[in-house]
Order: sequence, then C-alpha cells, then structure tokens
Amino acid sequence: MTSQHSLSALLAEHPFFRGLEAPYLELIAGCARNVRFNAGEYIFREGETANEFYLLRYGRVSLEVHLPDRGTVTIQTLSEGDVLGWSWLVPPYQNQFDARALTLVRALAFDGTCIRNKCTEDPRLGYEIFSRFARIIAERLQATRLQLLDMYGGVPRRQPLHA
Amino acid sequence: MSAPSILSLPVEARHALQPLTPRLWRVLRTRRETHDTRTLELEALDGIGLPFCPGQFNMLYVGGIGEIPISISGDPARPERLVHTIRAVGAVSQALCSCKPGDVIGVRGPFGSAWPVEAAEGYDVVVMAGGIGLAPLRPAIYHLLQYRGRYGNLVLLYGARTPQDLLYVRELERWRSRFDFQVEVTVDRAREGWFGHVGVVTGLLPRALFDPEETMAFVCGPEIMMRFAAKALVERGVAAERIFLSMERNMKCAIGLCGHCQFGPHFICKDGPVFAFARVARWLTIREL
Amino acid sequence: MHAPASRWIVERSDFDALLEALGQRGFTLIGPHVRDGAIVYSPIQRSEDLPIGWTDEQDGGLYRLHRRNDAALFGYAVGPHSWKQFLFPPRLRLWQAHRNGTGGHFEIHEAPLPETPYAFIGVRACELAAIRIQDRIFLEGPYVDPYYQALRERLFVLAVNCTEPAGTCFCASMGTGPEARAGFDLSLTEVLTENRHYFVVTVGSEAGQAVLADVPHRLATADEIAAANALLAEAATRMGRQLDCQHLKERLYASYEHPHWDAVAQRCLSCANCTMVCPTCFCHTVEEVTDLTGQTTERVRQWDSCFSVEFSYIHGGSVRQSTRARYRQWLMHKLATWVDQFGTMGCVGCGRCITWCPVGIDLTEEVAALCTESQPETAP
Repeated sequence: MTSQHSLSALLAEHPFFRGLEAPYLELIAGCARNVRFNAGEYIFREGETANEFYLLRYGRVSLEVHLPDRGTVTIQTLSEGDVLGWSWLVPPYQNQFDARALTLVRALAFDGTCIRNKCTEDPRLGYEIFSRFARIIAERLQATRLQLLDMYGGVPRRQPLHA
Repeated sequence: MSAPSILSLPVEARHALQPLTPRLWRVLRTRRETHDTRTLELEALDGIGLPFCPGQFNMLYVGGIGEIPISISGDPARPERLVHTIRAVGAVSQALCSCKPGDVIGVRGPFGSAWPVEAAEGYDVVVMAGGIGLAPLRPAIYHLLQYRGRYGNLVLLYGARTPQDLLYVRELERWRSRFDFQVEVTVDRAREGWFGHVGVVTGLLPRALFDPEETMAFVCGPEIMMRFAAKALVERGVAAERIFLSMERNMKCAIGLCGHCQFGPHFICKDGPVFAFARVARWLTIREL
Repeated sequence: MHAPASRWIVERSDFDALLEALGQRGFTLIGPHVRDGAIVYSPIQRSEDLPIGWTDEQDGGLYRLHRRNDAALFGYAVGPHSWKQFLFPPRLRLWQAHRNGTGGHFEIHEAPLPETPYAFIGVRACELAAIRIQDRIFLEGPYVDPYYQALRERLFVLAVNCTEPAGTCFCASMGTGPEARAGFDLSLTEVLTENRHYFVVTVGSEAGQAVLADVPHRLATADEIAAANALLAEAATRMGRQLDCQHLKERLYASYEHPHWDAVAQRCLSCANCTMVCPTCFCHTVEEVTDLTGQTTERVRQWDSCFSVEFSYIHGGSVRQSTRARYRQWLMHKLATWVDQFGTMGCVGCGRCITWCPVGIDLTEEVAALCTESQPETAP
C-alpha cells in the first residue's frame, strides 16, 4: 500500500499537478487511493453520480456512448498520464458517458466530493484545481471539435462540378 | 530550410521526355484498401521505370475521361513498379478505382518537390498522416526504414475516420512490430471491437517519443488537419522550418504554366506540393486563397 | 538587344515597301484593322488595311472609334485584342489518342508544333513588355512550352511608339512606355506635320536591319529626331490613369482582408473579360474532347480564367467560391504574387481591363482604395 507521502511525491511529478504547493499536494493525496480495473470492466457509467476523477497510470480507457441503431460507439480513448473525469466539478455532477477499461487499468482515484468541499473552504485551492481542469476541458473540447469536422469525411461537402 | 525542388533533382528523377504527353502503363494488380480507396500497381508498356522522389506525384489519365494528380505511393527503391493509392471522389478517380489488371492508363510525371529525407538524416523524424494523407508519405517511410541507421527516433502518428478507413493495415502491423519505429494509430470514432486509440491525431503527440529540438516532421492530410498538426508540433517545440506539409490544389498542366494550382505566390505543382511550414504558414490562414 | 546608334527616316509613301519586304520573306503579317467598331489584330497585306485616320476613345467600360482629321496610320492606342492570341493561341490541340482493342488500350499521337512565321505590325511599348513577360513564363521556367517557343522564335516585331495614349492608359506608371526601348526588330514613331508624313525608325536587331535595307530610307536629321522625341515626351504626360507602384507588392500583401474587397465584389460580374483582354494573363486549362464513338480523344489546351468557379475546384468544392475571392486572386496575382513568381509585375498599364470591364471597374482605383491607411491590423 502506497503511503500518503509517497503518493504526494508521485503527484508532484505529474504534469497535471505541477506547480501545486506541497500542502495542497498532501491534501489532494489524502483524497486519493490506488484502484485497478480489469479489461472490460466499467469505471463509471452514464447517468451515475460523478464522485471521482482518475489519473491513469497504466492501460487504456474508452469513453463510450450507446446508440440504439449503431450500438456502442467509442468517442475517445485515454491512456497513461491522462486525467479521466471532470463531471464531478460541475453540476449536476453526473457522468455524461460510460468509461470502460479496454485493457488492465491501474489508476489513482480521487474523491471528488471531498476535494470539492475543500475547494469551497479554500478558494485558492479552488482556483488551482479549476484552472487545471479548465485546461483539460479546453483540450478535450478542441479535440472534439476537430473530430466533429469529420475532416477525413467520406462524402464530399459540396456537389462536385465535374471530375 | 526548404523542400528540394524539382530543379535540384537529377534529370532522371524528373519526367524525362515530353511533360505534356502521357506514357502508357498497364495495371498489374489492384488492392482494395477501404470501401472507397484502391491501390493500383502498374508497369510501363515500354518497360522503362519511373524514378521518383518520395512526395512527388503523377498526372494519371483515363482515356476519354480526364486526368488528375495523384501522389506516388510506392517504394522509391523500386522504380519499375509504379504504385498509386486513389480515393474515388470524382469521375476520373472513380474510373481509376474501377480499373482491372490489364487496363491501360496514361501517366505524366513525376512532378513536384519531395519530402526532405536526405536533409533529415541525423534528426528524429515524426511522420503525421491523416486519412488518405498516408499515401504520399508511404514512400518517405520506405526510405526512412531502408536507411534506418541514418535517423534518430522514428515516429508515425496516423489518424483516420474509423477503423474501416485505415490504409495499408498489414504494413502498419509490420511496422508496429519493429522495435525501432513507434507507430500510433487513432480513429475519430469506433464501434465495438476496436481496442486502439480514439481521438484526433494531434492527441497522439504527447505520447510520441522524440526530441523537438532535433526533429523534422512530415505532415500530410486534409488541409485543416495539417494546420492543426503543424501548430501542435510548433507548440511542442519543433521549428517551423523543419515541419513539412504536402499541399493540394486544382491542377491541369502540372508544370507550372496553367496557373490553376496557385496558392498565394506558390505554384503547388512546381514549388510544392511539399512545403516547409515556415514558408506557407501565413497563407494557410487566408480564407479562400 | 543593342542600343541603336542612329535613326532612320522612312516616308509614308514607302511604308508599303516595308510591308512588302516582310511579305516577301514569307512572314504572315498581323496588324491593327477596323472591324465591328473596334481596332483588332488581324492579317493585313498593305497600309490600306490599317485603321488610317481612326482614333479611339476609351474609359471604364467604354470604347468608341472616332474619325481623325488626318491620315495617321497609328493614331490610336490598343483595342480588345492583344498579341498573345497568336503566340499563345486560345485553343491548341496537344495530342490525339486512338483507342484500339479493349481494356482501354490506346495510342497517342502528338500534334506537330505550329510553324507560322508571324510579323506583328504596330506593337506598342506596353505590348512589348507584355510579350517579354510571357516569354519569362513560357520560356524561362523549369519547363519550356514548346508551342510558344516555336512561334516566338520565328516572330518579327515592328513596334510603334505611342503618340496618342488613350483614357485608360498608364504605361508611364508601370515603366513600360510610351516609348519602346527593347524587344523589337524595328520601331517606328509616326510624325505628321502640315506638309510631311514620315516615320522615324530605330533598328533593334539584325533581322530588322536586313528588312530596312530593302526599303527606301535615309539618316534622320536632328530636327526630325527632335520632333519624334517631343511627341513621345508629350504622350507620356497624357496618360489617362496612374498607379503608384512604390512598395506595391508589400502594400497589397498586407491587404488580404481589407474590407474594400467586398465593395468591388459587389460590382464585379465575374465575367472574365479582363483576363481575356489582358496581354499577360496566361492561365489555361487542358481538356479532353472525345468524339461520339469514344474511340478518339483529343487533349486540347485552351484559355481559362481564374474568375470561373471551376478554376479552383478540388474534390468537395471550389476553394474560391465567392466573387470577392476570385477578384482578389486576379488583382493580387497581377500586381503582387506575380512579382514573387516572375520578378516583375504582371501588369503593363495597357488599360484594357478597365476599358473592357462591363461595369467599368478600374484597377488603379481599386488599388488606391486597398492601399489606404485604413487597413486591418493583420500584418503579412
């Protein structure tokens, strides 16, 4: 079992938490625990209350949605080093998609509710957390927009005039 | 640093004879890559090969229908076998994709500038491909692998629409099994059964292993993909002079005289299609240029 | 082209001897001729075929011929035709393909190179500059156009210095005229006084020298030369338009998103007249023409225009959908990107695009509007 102290050392190295002051790192580490998912297991499901977010340490996770006519569609995968889950930050604190382990997944799971409460008590911590997540959300949004463009598109956008 | 122009290549590497008259080539075999893409393998009726540099293109002619520019996708070390991967998006490309072994088509070329594989020696090379963009890059990959010892880290980041739209699947698997070639593939979306990455190709950059200060990047795909990929590479620390794109515009003559392929001051058929990002960055953001 | 040491006089009465000397050498003479209310370039034989006693009135979207009160042979500027239609024919067959057997097998037969030896009569200084510009495109790039080369090698140029600039001329601004300085075999300045009608001739090449030898001529006097020079100096002050070429490329490069493009796009019909009459526009297309049986196909080169929507078509649509984008492409090419491509501007100041635009768009006015202080922040 990893001690809290070595957990915060681990967090300090991770790009997502870089620059966070030591007391805050300890605090966050205090809300973290190691988790493990087998291939095929669901990490969270659409509609469930979002209580946690994860720092992936090994493996690949797919974000999925189920459509009645098309079955399950993967809209994004995340792997080592990625942060999974930001729905815990904003109301209604509900997962928007399914997250499923494609391979064996080892991660750090963070108690979102706990951290949220601590952010309310300490606005400076709140700022640090929210600004880091804002960056993640912006990156995801940007990537999603590019995927939305369907730029490799199967069908020409406008009617061809000739050959 | 600029991509080598047609002028700096040995004469044999340019088209030899009449640039306006096609040579005749016979289709040897065809391969279905995806639902709308075929690879044709051709041999010349006169038996003479077509030496080319990776990144160059030919004008392919189907009798009575028309002519279109298609990048060469084969191995530059084997000029006797001409290989083209074509996506059916119009009348001529559709006709090319419907060709059977034994059919004869016209070929003019090779034209255009090349991926700077020689200037890249000593550097890490990151190849970023989107969709059909892997086809013009494949000759460069062949060259980089043939002379593997001259390069540092070699990375291929390849994005396609869905797993069914991936080109050269068997080759990708072979390349990925090498220990000296990092190959990452992603798709925009996938159904069940796909265990690879899902997401935009620039999302693969953070896990690519290369030294940005010592890297040359070759990028090819839809123009918007190249814009974002180049930006992401620059943000990662790769110099704009060492990022190369392959541009595309309407082409008729392919020899810089008809004016159709102009992109700002550049004629894509003779100043390109391969350009250093530093040279074209300011033109890429002008709408309807 | 060597600087001529002396000037010669050919009397009006001997002008036909000049045309005959060329005809005898096997040249096909092309010169100005009145047809359908305009002065066009057409095969001619003798001086009577020229627009004797005619002059032109030109303005934006306006062209009229008027009678002069003298018998000048060259008392007008340029009309809708340029010499490019001869050196760079509007339609040219490149090769024919004959299908034989099945499987799409075919044979290709290249068309022979054109061989007509043209003698252009009455080429203006702006047109000499235009020919020089097209030489650079077709002869001095990595690929030489063999058709242009075949015609160009055989060409004889009889230039005429403009003494009667038109309302849309601005060759002085572009540094291309009104005096022809190079690129001709012979050049003439027509001088008409009360009791005399003669030409001051400058020899520009050995071929010109040889032709002149067959025509009655004598050394020009200082007065005669002075008379010719005075006419040219005066013509330079009567330009109908002007264009500030100082740093023009840079100023235009900074104007890609200038709001004025929207204003001119409102007026432009995208009719492509300007590109057809422009003596330097070289854009063309190569097309397939198949006969009804599908057995024979021709590859044909023909003039094209960047104003057509299909011009910039790539799979999925055209890059330049809007008229705004296409007008911008034309103007930017002519006055800015041409400089990076070929080392000179593409415009020679002949004014044809202004005269023959149905709505009278004046590129000198458009450039002035685009290069004002009120530019958007975006730098090149």
